[in-house]
Parts: sequence; structure tokens; C-alpha cells
Amino acid sequence: MAFWARQISRRCLSVKTSNVANSIQQLRKSHRTWIQLHELSVLSLLRTDNQFFQRGLKTYQSVSLGSRLQSTNSSNGQIVSSESNLLSPVNHYQQQAEIIPSSDTETLYEVWEDTPPLSALEEISEEEAVQIVAEPPLPLGSFTLRDYVDRSETLSKLVLLGVDLSKVEKRPHAGQLLLRLDFEKDIRKRLLFLKDVGVEDHQLGPFLTQNPYILAVDMEALETRVAYLKSKKFGKEAVAQMVSRAPFLLSFSVERLDNRLGFFQKELGLSVQKTRDLVVRLPRLLTGSLEPIKENWQVCQVELGFRRNEIQQIVSKIPKILTANKRKLTETFDYLHNVMGIPHHILTNFPQVFNSKLLRVKERHMFLTFLGRAQYDPAQPSYISLDKLVSMPDEVFCTEIAKASVKDFEKFLKTL
Amino acid sequence: MAAGRAARTGLSGLFAVYKPPGVASIRVRDTVETLLLKELNSLEQPAVQQQVRFLPTTVEGNAGKELTLTVTQLPVLAAHPLVRGPEFTHLKIGAGHRLDTKSSGVFVLGVGHGNKLLTDMYNAHLTRAYTVRGLFGKATDDFSDTGRLIEKTTFDHVTRDKLEQILAVIQGTNHKALLMYSNIDLKTQEAYELAVEGLIRPMEKTPPLITAIRCLQFAPPEFQLEIQCLHETPQYLRKIVHEIGLELKSTAVCTQVRRIRDGFFTLDSALLRTHWNLQNIQNSIQDSKIKVKVGLQRSLSCQARSGKRHTDMDQVAESKLHSTEGTSASDLTHKMR
Repeated sequence: MAFWARQISRRCLSVKTSNVANSIQQLRKSHRTWIQLHELSVLSLLRTDNQFFQRGLKTYQSVSLGSRLQSTNSSNGQIVSSESNLLSPVNHYQQQAEIIPSSDTETLYEVWEDTPPLSALEEISEEEAVQIVAEPPLPLGSFTLRDYVDRSETLSKLVLLGVDLSKVEKRPHAGQLLLRLDFEKDIRKRLLFLKDVGVEDHQLGPFLTQNPYILAVDMEALETRVAYLKSKKFGKEAVAQMVSRAPFLLSFSVERLDNRLGFFQKELGLSVQKTRDLVVRLPRLLTGSLEPIKENWQVCQVELGFRRNEIQQIVSKIPKILTANKRKLTETFDYLHNVMGIPHHILTNFPQVFNSKLLRVKERHMFLTFLGRAQYDPAQPSYISLDKLVSMPDEVFCTEIAKASVKDFEKFLKTL
Repeated sequence: MAAGRAARTGLSGLFAVYKPPGVASIRVRDTVETLLLKELNSLEQPAVQQQVRFLPTTVEGNAGKELTLTVTQLPVLAAHPLVRGPEFTHLKIGAGHRLDTKSSGVFVLGVGHGNKLLTDMYNAHLTRAYTVRGLFGKATDDFSDTGRLIEKTTFDHVTRDKLEQILAVIQGTNHKALLMYSNIDLKTQEAYELAVEGLIRPMEKTPPLITAIRCLQFAPPEFQLEIQCLHETPQYLRKIVHEIGLELKSTAVCTQVRRIRDGFFTLDSALLRTHWNLQNIQNSIQDSKIKVKVGLQRSLSCQARSGKRHTDMDQVAESKLHSTEGTSASDLTHKMR
């Protein structure tokens, strides 16, 4: 199918050559088969219809031998454009089929009857022979981008940039979007824009893997959104950090971003500077849904019993609590407060404990209780601070805090 | 390129992990699989496939510029790891006798061809050993300390002697049930040979049976038991603790069920969470290979012999089975009383 695409696109650009008759003949044949194709529904998986391919091969051979090819560069350009339009061929060719009948059909019909079809045994020049490209046909529809990556300039350049196509193709409609785009026209502008905003070269690949849809966003919209962020007095490095850590940020409209920033300021009651710091540290807050954040806020206030200023302090230190799992948060708090006996004000000072896994906290606490060293009150001697309990790796924890060997810790774990 | 594939094919056999309490055993299995896949994928370092292409270029020829074909080697991007995805996406890891969420202990997993050995281990009907901790004075609806409280009692009258008496009774009745379910007439030569080789035990599906039970620690209200059993579930062991409480004219709940031995795998060979990586698992599989092979061979030969005698003893056994059908070992205790 790609051959027809290539040859026919060449035909349309070279209407003024003497082989117009051939072009019309081929177009007619292809138009007939395209109508049949349309009925078969183009986006289905590859069909092994022998009749189909035989017809395809016949047309190909007759097309290639009589072809008057343009220079290599333009043919390559045509290859790219034809492949990028591969998944919407019906519209493309219906348009082209309409072009020819509108122009001087009568004279062309007369010419048509005179010239006989080209035979496969006709001799061609060396140059023409060298320019024949014999590659297997591209599948009409596929579930993976692997089939198209070698022939498509856009996809090859994206892979060399570091975009993980195996992940991108799993996202809804992302593969089709990438195939339709042209690197020079669409993608280059947006990549340069992202570089201006401050995203580093090595981050561009992972960025596009997470959010390939940004390549379809209008340039003006992107510029407006960055201008809005700068108007809210986010510095250049801050904007760069936010954009690179939350790839979906610039896909959000200005109203939505405004809404989110307003929510954080009102609900959490933080000052403007603190909201800015919070959002720069965890830009994911602006891109996610607000419902879980509202619920977590309620949980902290009502179920866990923290006061408003305590929650503000915790959130400024560990913004991740707002997006944490409700159930895990409550279970961790329950163990810390009721079993370990740690009061609220110490938990406010060390909110890192909510970040860690409950199992880890349990194991370490039980080991310390077994050794008789479970002392979390700063007023009393041999006090163990919560952040050291949680954040250190096992070896450091065993030697410095528990004052025991790693083997003893492992033996103890096997008794739990 | 070969490093990952070689590691994957070499990874087949049985190994034991230590399941921590509070985590579902399916999650343990999934975590082990994810960790192994991550390591295998990082081992793979494929060289990108090259393809020979003939590209048309302009070359200075005899009569000015000419179009010829030049040979170049270009990488095939369809085989690039960013396009193809990770090499390994799935490992066949099977779980042995499962533990429920609250219990902990030795949990046998099989990987690759080891899954067949798991079936063999199941058919070998091996015993398992548990340490069970209990607490006197409470009774709950699901027999554990996290359930809904039903009643509270005193336990001052409970002494170690009384507990050991009860345990002896339980062991005795279970032993009788064990022999009955094994369908052996104790007066034959066959029975003697089987007894010499190992434990006489039933080689088919039976209700849970306790082969040995003893008290390790007694510090009221807490106590610790060691139980060796067959075909059991952790919930059955909690029920046993509850019934021991009832027998002692008090009540008891179970605070911990911990498996220390599953067939041939003991606590020493079980891997802790921090040691779940490719190297340790490979070493563990290697170490346990011989043990498993020898053990399974022995039990299979036992089974072959028991299969033979099963056909002879059918008629005698059936009448006995019909009379005690539908009763568990604990009900037998009450019958004996």
C-alpha cells in the first residue's frame, strides 16, 4: 500500500509530465481498490488476503518501471508525508481522486486510449534502476509502533531523543498522534519551546514519554500558560523545575491552574510564598484531581486530630501527605500514636514517618522494644528521634541506634 | 545479551522466603516476581541489531555526477529497547502452602520448572511445624486477638501441668486419627517397614491432623506451643488454641501463628525481605535441590507402597471411615471424654 501511496503522491506533484496518462490509469485502479479498502475498514489489523496483495503487486510493478522519479530528497520527503498520513489514507486519496477529474478530463481520456500500458520487460536507465526502492509493505493497521519506526523519520528521531515508544503506544491515541505529526513542522518548535522554558536535554525523552499529548497543543496556548506562571511570580528556575517534574502541567488551561492555586491558598490557609514553595516542591498537586486532597485534609483534621497549624507545618515539610493513600495514612498514624505512644506534637516535628512503610516502622519498633531502647520522648535519656528511626538504612540503624549487629536484627525478624 | 537469558533459564527450582505478618501471601509472591524481573531486565545489555542497507548517493563518476548505491550499516530501530520494551515481562512463580495475612513464617515458592516440584510436594503430604502464641483470659469471634471480644474470664487456676495434660490428650486422639486415616493395619510387616522409614501418615486428603504438640513457654497469661501438623490451615491452629482455653475452663486467644518448617524447608533457609534478590534466590535454589530430590523420592516410594495396600485394605477401612465421616480431630477429643 505504501508503494501506491508513494507513487501516487509523486504522480500528483508531477501532473505536467508526459506520463499523465499512466498516472490517471494508476489512480483509477488505486481509486477502485481504495473504495474496496474503505469497506474493509482501514484501522483493523493486517489481513492476509492473497488476492489483495497480488493486485497490489501488479500495480506496483507497472508503476515503478514507467516512473519518472524526482530527486532523492523530494522522494524522501514524500515518503515521510505519505507514511505520516498512512493511518488516514481514505480522506487523502479521495481528495486526490477528486483533483484529477476536475482538470481537463476529455483531453486526458483521449491520450489514455492511445498509450499502451508499460511492460515489465522494458529497459530502464541505470539511474532509474538505482532509485528503485524495494521494501516490504507497511501494515495498514498495527497495535505497536515497531512496524513503523524504521520508515518514519519522526519516530526515529524521537527514539534517538530518548522517548520510550513502548510506553507511549500504550497510552490512548498517543501512537496515532505521533504518526500523524511531522518532526520538522510540529515537533521541533515545541521541543525548542520546552528548552527555552528550562527543561534539560536529557529530560526531554522521559518528558515526552509521560506526556506525548503536549506535541498537539497550540504554541500560543503553551506560551500563555508559561506567561501566566511567570506573572504569579514563579522564578525561571522554579518554572523549569515545575514543568520538568510534572509533564502534564502545560497541558492544563490557565483557568484550571488558577483554580488549583486558589484552592491551595484558601483551603490550606497558607501564605502566598508558602503556596509557591509547596507547588514548586510537588508540582503534581496542580495536575492531579482535588478530591483526594480534600479528603486527606479532612482525614488529618477529623480522624487523626491534628490542629490546623499543625497540618500546615506537616504539609510544608512533606507535601506528599496530601496525595497519600488514606487507609495507609490512618493505619500508620494508628500504630504510631496508639501502639508506640507518640503524641501529636512530636509527630508534627517529624512528619517523615508518614512517608515510610508501616512494616518497616513496626519491625524497627519491635526490635527496639525487645532491646528495651524504645524511648521516643525527648525529655528522657537515650532518646531516639523518629526521623533517624525511619530514614536510615538497616546497617546504620542497627549499629548506631539499636547498638546491635545486623545478624541479631535478622534473627529477631524471623521470630516475628 | 545472553546474561539475562541464561539467568532466566537457570532460575528453576524451589526456595523459601520468610513471610512477614500483616502482608497477604499473594503480595509476597508478586513482590518477589517484580524484584526478580527488575534484576533480570537490568542484566540484559543487548547490542542494537544492525542492518545492511544500500542507499543511493551521488558520487563523482566518469561523466560528472552519478547516482550509485553505497553499502551502509544502520541500526534497526524496531529492535531498540526503547521501542521493543523490556525483555522479561513475566516469570512463572508459584506459591506453596499459603499463609493467611496475620500469620508469618516459612513460605515456599517455586520458579520455572520448580512449579512441578510444588505439586509433588503437595502429593507427598509432608508435615509442617508451627509456633503458636496464645493469651489466656479473652475469647473473640475469630479466635485471634484482633477480633470482636465475646467474653473475658479468669485464668488464675491454670497451671503448666494442667496445660500439658490437655496437650497430651490432644496428641493422643490425633495420633489415633492419624493411624486410622492412614489405612494401615498395625499388625502387618508393611506397617513396620513404613514406621522404620518415617512417620506413618495418610497419603490422601484428610481433615487437619496434629502429629505432635508441646508447650515451649508458660508465663500466664501468655503461653507458647509448638505444633507439628498435617493438612492444616492457620485458622485451624487458632481454633485449637481457643479449644485449649475452653478445656482448661478458661478462654484463650491466639496472638501469633508462625511456621518454622514446611516439609524440607526450615527457618534457616528462608530468605528475609531484605535478601530478596537474584543472587540469594539462586543460591537458595541450589542449596535446596538435593534435599528436595531425596525427600520427594522417599515419599513417592512410600506412596507407591501405600497405593498397593490401599486396594487390599479398602473393605476393612471403609466401614471405619463411614462411622467417623464428617468429624474432625477436635470432635474426637470430646468423644473420648
